[in-house]
Amino acid sequence: MTYVVYVPRDASARSVGADEVAAAIASEAAARKLDVKIVRNGSRGLLWLEPLVEVVTPSGRIAYGPVEPTEIPALFDAGMLEGASHRLHHGPVESIPYFAKQARLTFARVGLVDPLSLDDYRAHGGLRGLRNAASMQPADIVQAVLASGLRGRGGAAFPTGIKWRTVLDTPADQKYVVCNADEGDSGTFSDRMVMEGDPFVLIEGMIIAGFAVGATRGYIYLRSEYPDAAQVLNGAIELALAAGMLGSNVMGSGRAFDLEVRIGAGSYVCGEETALLESLEGKRGVVRYRPPMPAVSGLFGKPTALNNVVTLASIPIILDKGAQHYRDFGAGRSHGTLAFQLAGNIKHGGIVELAFGVTLRELLYDYGGGSATGRPIRAVQVGGPLGAFVPEHHFDTPLDYEAFIAKGAIVGHGGIVAFDDTVDMAKMARYALEFCAIESCGKCTPCRIGSTRGVEVIDRLLAGDRPQLQLTVLRDLCETMEHASLCALGGMTPYPVRSALEHFPGDFGLGGPP
Amino acid sequence: MPILHAIQHELGCVPREVVPPVAHALNISRAEVAGVISFYHDFRSTPPGRHVIKVCRAEACQSMGADALVAHAKQSLGIDFHETRDDGAVTLEPVFCLGNCALAPSITIDGCMHGRVTPQRFDDLVQARVKS
Repeated sequence: MTYVVYVPRDASARSVGADEVAAAIASEAAARKLDVKIVRNGSRGLLWLEPLVEVVTPSGRIAYGPVEPTEIPALFDAGMLEGASHRLHHGPVESIPYFAKQARLTFARVGLVDPLSLDDYRAHGGLRGLRNAASMQPADIVQAVLASGLRGRGGAAFPTGIKWRTVLDTPADQKYVVCNADEGDSGTFSDRMVMEGDPFVLIEGMIIAGFAVGATRGYIYLRSEYPDAAQVLNGAIELALAAGMLGSNVMGSGRAFDLEVRIGAGSYVCGEETALLESLEGKRGVVRYRPPMPAVSGLFGKPTALNNVVTLASIPIILDKGAQHYRDFGAGRSHGTLAFQLAGNIKHGGIVELAFGVTLRELLYDYGGGSATGRPIRAVQVGGPLGAFVPEHHFDTPLDYEAFIAKGAIVGHGGIVAFDDTVDMAKMARYALEFCAIESCGKCTPCRIGSTRGVEVIDRLLAGDRPQLQLTVLRDLCETMEHASLCALGGMTPYPVRSALEHFPGDFGLGGPP
Repeated sequence: MPILHAIQHELGCVPREVVPPVAHALNISRAEVAGVISFYHDFRSTPPGRHVIKVCRAEACQSMGADALVAHAKQSLGIDFHETRDDGAVTLEPVFCLGNCALAPSITIDGCMHGRVTPQRFDDLVQARVKS
């Protein structure tokens, strides 16, 4: 008989030895003359268990992890191929509480399927959304997305349907769909995991976007730090072309859609939509003035539907199961699910896709298991380097866009970076400004100059040089940056700085709570 | 950008001499080409060492001791960021987020990513992959 074993090809899994584990399984099987088929899937998102090996048995896919290559012979001896118990045995993946309690909509197939198998994709619900969309009028597709309540998952949370309607209503001889895959924020990896684990869902989402707004050409702007994602995406595009999913006649619909991956070159600000468009046009990644919005005048001056990876990857399920199905998840005006990413100093880091409304405390402790170091979690940064630091007494705030804004913080893309009590928040605030200075595109003065002056002011503050004066200057500077910067880089760098000052003044040598 | 990536892939860097022919081929000014090259962190003006080690400096990695790892890397390799060791074997670069934030801190050696890197693991990886 043939044993089927899954070993992830996800970059995170590979970073802790998944390739070596796959090789060890292959050679052990050969030595024992066993017929073992190894499938390289995406990651299930239980990253602390990587490399997570799954063995197909009559009672489901049994998980073992984290597996060291040297342990493979012992695992074979223990009967891993039959799903036998072992120190690393976790039972069926679906019954691991971390996984079982999630609402996997966008991530339904990630880790489950072979990312480069269209048959797998079809067998697990793929292409149903596209088939529905192919028989719908563009305005009806836009209406469905609008009704689903989907908002941009890249951080800005702008309603996707409104953006699409603008593109649809703007007449032009050529329109574009651009996917922002420049996932540069620390603490985020959901875009990467979708692209590496279920690339067809992104392709399908982009085609549907093309049908909805009348675009025949799409680009995925991918950061150069993600070579594995580039490889999987390009492989998937080739397969999609061969299968007639892309090209001049998408699945016999009579409509055309072509797709291309473009690689960035290490610039953080290119994740900002207008800088991304400049970069895609082959220029310096300098932010544009808005208006006009990209939906009206985007890539090469044409109307462009520009969305982030997880946003576009959430489209197929909306067109498959209906807007109401998606809308029914969530809280307040935050509908649907978000793939929260538990990162940094956390015991059980990974992807937790849940409806909005879950609290930070639940994520950090019920899922995350507390800090990796075992020390108390002192602060978490939510929403990337431009997100606020949230102190312990705000951990019970429900994660929905509006509830976080009310606390002076953002949910953003749902990246959550935990810090234990050894963190120096003054250093983190200084780092935020230093990062802004390095990555500023230089177009607007508040960001370009403000960030550098900000670092200097914090240095003087920490040196004890007239602290009250420095504090006034720093607050003033933050206000100028927030209101006068052209884009979110300068406009939101004040969030981590101010939240650190407000909640952790002791770290700056100022009085108040520690 | 695809042209510049291809040049760097071929030559290991984007030398100043390529600016005029690229500008000519694209019918844009030399200043525009030079401006693009200087804007992006990825494009180098000189070739790197035989091996390139990048250490992530972003927040998630900092929360798991990236600063100490950076200090260790600089000390054990005897070079600062953006420098190449005298024997030409290794270049050290910072990077801001490799998307491996749940298994921090992370580094890459010649594009291959490694997670949960302690100073000890750093030395083991360097020893295994970087032959002087």
